Amino acid sequence: MMKAMTPAIEVTGLSKSYGARHAVRGIDFRVERGEVFGLLGPNGAGKTTTVEVLEGYRARDAGEVSVLGLDPGRRSRALRARVGIVLQSCGTYPHLTVRETVTHFGSLYPAPRSVDEVLALAGLEECADRRARTLSGGQARRLDFALALVGDPELVFLDEPTTGFDPAARRAAWDVIRALRDLGKTVVLTTHYLDEAQALADRVAILQDGLILAEGPPDALGASRYRVAWRGPDGALEERFTEDPTTLLAQLTAEAIARGEKLEELSVTRPSLEDVYLELTEAVA
Amino acid sequence: MSVAALTWRQYRLERRMFWRNPSAAFFGVVLPLGLLAIFGAVFAGRQEDLDVIVPGIAGLSVMSATFTSLAYNLTTLRERGILKRLRGTPLPTSAYLGGLAANAVANAVLQLVIVIVVGNLLLGVEWPSEWVSLAVFVAAGVICFALLGIALSHAIPNPESAPAYVNAVFLPQILIAGVFYDASEAPTVIHDIAQVLPLTHLVNGLSGAMVDGEGLGTHGVALLVLAWWAAVGGVLAVRGFSWEARQDR
Repeated sequence: MMKAMTPAIEVTGLSKSYGARHAVRGIDFRVERGEVFGLLGPNGAGKTTTVEVLEGYRARDAGEVSVLGLDPGRRSRALRARVGIVLQSCGTYPHLTVRETVTHFGSLYPAPRSVDEVLALAGLEECADRRARTLSGGQARRLDFALALVGDPELVFLDEPTTGFDPAARRAAWDVIRALRDLGKTVVLTTHYLDEAQALADRVAILQDGLILAEGPPDALGASRYRVAWRGPDGALEERFTEDPTTLLAQLTAEAIARGEKLEELSVTRPSLEDVYLELTEAVA
Repeated sequence: MSVAALTWRQYRLERRMFWRNPSAAFFGVVLPLGLLAIFGAVFAGRQEDLDVIVPGIAGLSVMSATFTSLAYNLTTLRERGILKRLRGTPLPTSAYLGGLAANAVANAVLQLVIVIVVGNLLLGVEWPSEWVSLAVFVAAGVICFALLGIALSHAIPNPESAPAYVNAVFLPQILIAGVFYDASEAPTVIHDIAQVLPLTHLVNGLSGAMVDGEGLGTHGVALLVLAWWAAVGGVLAVRGFSWEARQDR
């Protein structure tokens, strides 16, 4: 499945401004074929601008961009036939059924997947004959996935695929994304959920204010570390970071008991995205 | 698949969606029939008035099938993100817009056939005598009002306000363009305003072809006015076109 000749995506020095606002300020990254790549960052970090340049919706101001070996800025039909896109919010024809919609969009591609297979993959079999306007938010999102898949693309863009979902719908969406990876597709995913990036992505780039702060496998970015905090006997807040909270807690509690003290307000938390940012920005400064 | 085949496919899809959408199907079929029924009853036995009203309703039908429905539909498609979604597929722009336009033409023709057949069989209006002139004016009306409809959609911020924008243009025009009465009998001010509006000239041309047996030669100015509006509409339609919702930009 992997085609070794060119990477799925190669970006060098990409910049994009809207008027005076610099949305993306010179970023570089590379996505290999078959990889799930996460663009992680808060709202306004430049994630959507970046993927919309890659999808061909936005013209870049500067930099080199290659998607499946082609320049998305040229908007060639050949490239669009090889790419599937799930936009952040995007409607469908309200009066068509799910099956009709998937069939119609499939017919726009040179070599579509079978409609039944796509409906099964997206978990839409039960609502196949319902009109699109009657779908719930989660079902409509699954239809987005189905429409991005039906052309059998080599590369799929997912822009904040689970924002606003309840936990069950998120899990279902994650399963579809994992199925994409199992099919050998390259996936580029934007999210502001750290756990989502960690659950799905092979590699993550953390974006803030239009710059990539860090890039690598999620675990290497500190997301796997736990923060253990408590209030010391002098009233000061203490905190430690560890990848092994069990051992650390055993050690801390043993010491506290030995001293006859209590660990007031003891808590163990995963660092939030914000913590990772803070740590990263401090490291940069 | 070729562009022609994709255009045909898009056209077929638009037709299917048209018949499934109750309000679109209503305006497409029931509205011209209803207008004919009402005015047929009001002007019963007054053939002179019926000869004015039937071409007037024919012109109104062309405008509603193209201008009104494109302005409304394109706004909705744009704001719902359907245009943006289509932009990410290999569907060529020409095939998409071609299918959309063919759908508008089909609706205009459907409504005209209803108006002409009902006008003849029930309201005693003669069959059109100048078929060439009729075809040319229908084509000119469709092109002109389709382009103006696309242009207007660029000014409409969201689907909720679309009816207000469309009716602000549509209603005054059908009232003063002589759809419901003979425009030459209107007060001078209204008559002068009506002379710059495209619907007036479409109705004049249709009236000539359908009732008065006048060919293209008699209505050359009307065609020029329609062509001028088509040019204005064309420039605005292309320049303002957006594939993306207003709130996203």
